Amino acid sequence: MATPDSTGTDSTETGTTDVTNTASPRSGIRARIEHALRPWRRANPGARYLVIAGTVITLVFLVMAVFADSVAPFGESQYCPDEFFDPTVGATGTCIGAPPDAQIPARVAPSAEYPFGTTDTRFDVLSRVILGARIAFLVVAFSTAFAMLIGVPLGLFSGYIGGRLDRVLVLIMDTIYAFPSLLLAILIAFALRLRLEQWGIDAPFVPAAISVGTVYIPQYFRVIRNHTLSVKEEPFVEAARSLGAKRRTVVFRYIFFNVVSSIPVLFTLNAADAVLTLAALGFLGYGIKFPTAEWGLDVNLGLADSVGGFWWTAFWPGVAITLLVTGLSLIGEGLNDIVNPLLRVKGFKGKVKGARAAMKAAGDRREQPLDAESTVLAEGDVR
Amino acid sequence: MSTKTSGSSLGKYIAVRVALAPVFLLLLLTVLFILLRILPGDIVTASLAGRASEERIEQARQAAGVDRPITVQYVEYLTDLARGDFGQPLTDPRSTSELLADVLPATFELTIVAMLIAIPLGIVLGALSARFRDTPLDGAARLFGIVSFSLPVFWLGIQAQLIFSVWLKWLPTGNRISGRIVPVNGPTGFYVLDGFLAGNSEFAITALKHLILPGATLGLVISGIFIRLVRVNMLQTLRADYVESAHARGVHERPVLFRHAFKNALVPVITIMGLQFALLLGGAILTETTFSWPGIGSKLVDFINARDYVGVQVLVTVIAMLITVTSLLIDILNGLIDPRVRY
Repeated sequence: MATPDSTGTDSTETGTTDVTNTASPRSGIRARIEHALRPWRRANPGARYLVIAGTVITLVFLVMAVFADSVAPFGESQYCPDEFFDPTVGATGTCIGAPPDAQIPARVAPSAEYPFGTTDTRFDVLSRVILGARIAFLVVAFSTAFAMLIGVPLGLFSGYIGGRLDRVLVLIMDTIYAFPSLLLAILIAFALRLRLEQWGIDAPFVPAAISVGTVYIPQYFRVIRNHTLSVKEEPFVEAARSLGAKRRTVVFRYIFFNVVSSIPVLFTLNAADAVLTLAALGFLGYGIKFPTAEWGLDVNLGLADSVGGFWWTAFWPGVAITLLVTGLSLIGEGLNDIVNPLLRVKGFKGKVKGARAAMKAAGDRREQPLDAESTVLAEGDVR
Repeated sequence: MSTKTSGSSLGKYIAVRVALAPVFLLLLLTVLFILLRILPGDIVTASLAGRASEERIEQARQAAGVDRPITVQYVEYLTDLARGDFGQPLTDPRSTSELLADVLPATFELTIVAMLIAIPLGIVLGALSARFRDTPLDGAARLFGIVSFSLPVFWLGIQAQLIFSVWLKWLPTGNRISGRIVPVNGPTGFYVLDGFLAGNSEFAITALKHLILPGATLGLVISGIFIRLVRVNMLQTLRADYVESAHARGVHERPVLFRHAFKNALVPVITIMGLQFALLLGGAILTETTFSWPGIGSKLVDFINARDYVGVQVLVTVIAMLITVTSLLIDILNGLIDPRVRY
């Protein structure tokens, strides 16, 4: 890497801005914000629209998830009007004393009263779609945090220390990476669920979150490691080392802040993938369990309905999955455009060259494309 | 594994790759072995509990060797494998080789059809999108790529079944062949091909009809990955020095696009297409389940649901081997077409 700015979010801040900005801290902060926003300003409009559109979609779902209980007209397993429903009984509430003719009718086509229709078990599809957003965000947050907490430090140290440790870790991570991720998630989720049942631990979404998260560890590891490999040859790292900085200082202060810039792209693309993986687990019956509303599970429950011509029960949860994944992917792809100097239109020629040199230096045989998007897409097998 | 030195021979590169493949496979099998042994209880008791007498379970336990320490089991698993003995699934009467002869061609057939749809679609749309960057065409192709990647394949499959099978009644909902037609036992195991080879066109056409929905669904979803990849890589090569210098030399737009940019953009794309192919050979689990396609993926789900861990282990081992071999082939292919990756 000839210039530190191989990833766009300006990374020289740890190296130089500290020195130049000691005079006035306030303008220093402003300068930093200016600095951080520079890639965004320079980005071409297309990439910005992608990020904005994706953010809007994702935020709508996020708001829906946070306020799910008040937005959703019914509870996740509520089959009667509110006056018969006691939400305090059991985990999801119960209908008490609702006469059959007062219950929500089964398999009603979308109408003014039930906009998305109802299922054969008398559940309101709209409510379950809204409530499903909650579990999607919950699992995505936990699983990506899990993957990052393990993948990022491992990648950082493996790349920095190098040698035998690095080779062994790369081999192990490559192994996990090469294996079909959905199959891996299924096996882990299944094993974990049985173990937890055996130990009597009731944590319904833990197996799903851990199994989905494990799949992404190698991706964080790879991207961070390769990035670290190129950053550690930088003059400013060498300078720090020759000034006698401790290894910890070098890794965290000088290298970490230079490689974190690759995380946001990876995170959003992984989050998109995680929504799909969770839904796939739910669809196959290894994810979230009924009666919790989860989109993949709901598609599965609607299978029989759908073949019978009652299209709405399986249709809407799938639309929700597609929209949320699209939203997250739009952010990820837009960020990739903005952050990757090779894709930026108004980038400086010198920096582009530097970035290309970095890619070559880091070039593991499989990673001619170092960008996070290719790393994620290569593993995209939620099929 | 980073390649600091360059310029040495292709032969060495291939030799190293071939030598590393068994190490990779061993590691993969070890990880999977550990994963399967995390399962509670021993695998045989768990599989047969409630379905066989205590005596029968004890016999099966001894036969499978699960009453011995885990290290012994591990060594035994590997030595059996080296002898070509994969084990015998508990819930399937077929021998492992018969089982594989049934499921692998089904999965291969589906994978090939899906790739035949996804690759042209991905390359054409991706390249156009990069060439006409920031035009409405680019926007549309990108959106198509992102949305088709975002579609849950099982949901798309259900919608396709609803439209083309339930409402229009054009195509069957699932399976490889209708129940009333006797399968042709051909040399390849690919029904469509075997049907034509045997001159049984009714069989071949019925098989083809069964193949269209799952193949198109899977192909469409995968094309999303390819569109995005081709576009990103094409954009990167369009900014390369050699493209610029070709422009400067006055080379026309078209040759620059095809000869200089496109060819080079395809190198990483081929790698990932190969990886996708390998992943699909490991079973397009969701597509196969949705369309009751009797391939390795849906069989694996059957084994998991039946808690037949021996069956799971057999199939997972086969998948690991398929992936190792395909990755090796991709690496070699990569070395042949791209001199930079050699040692």
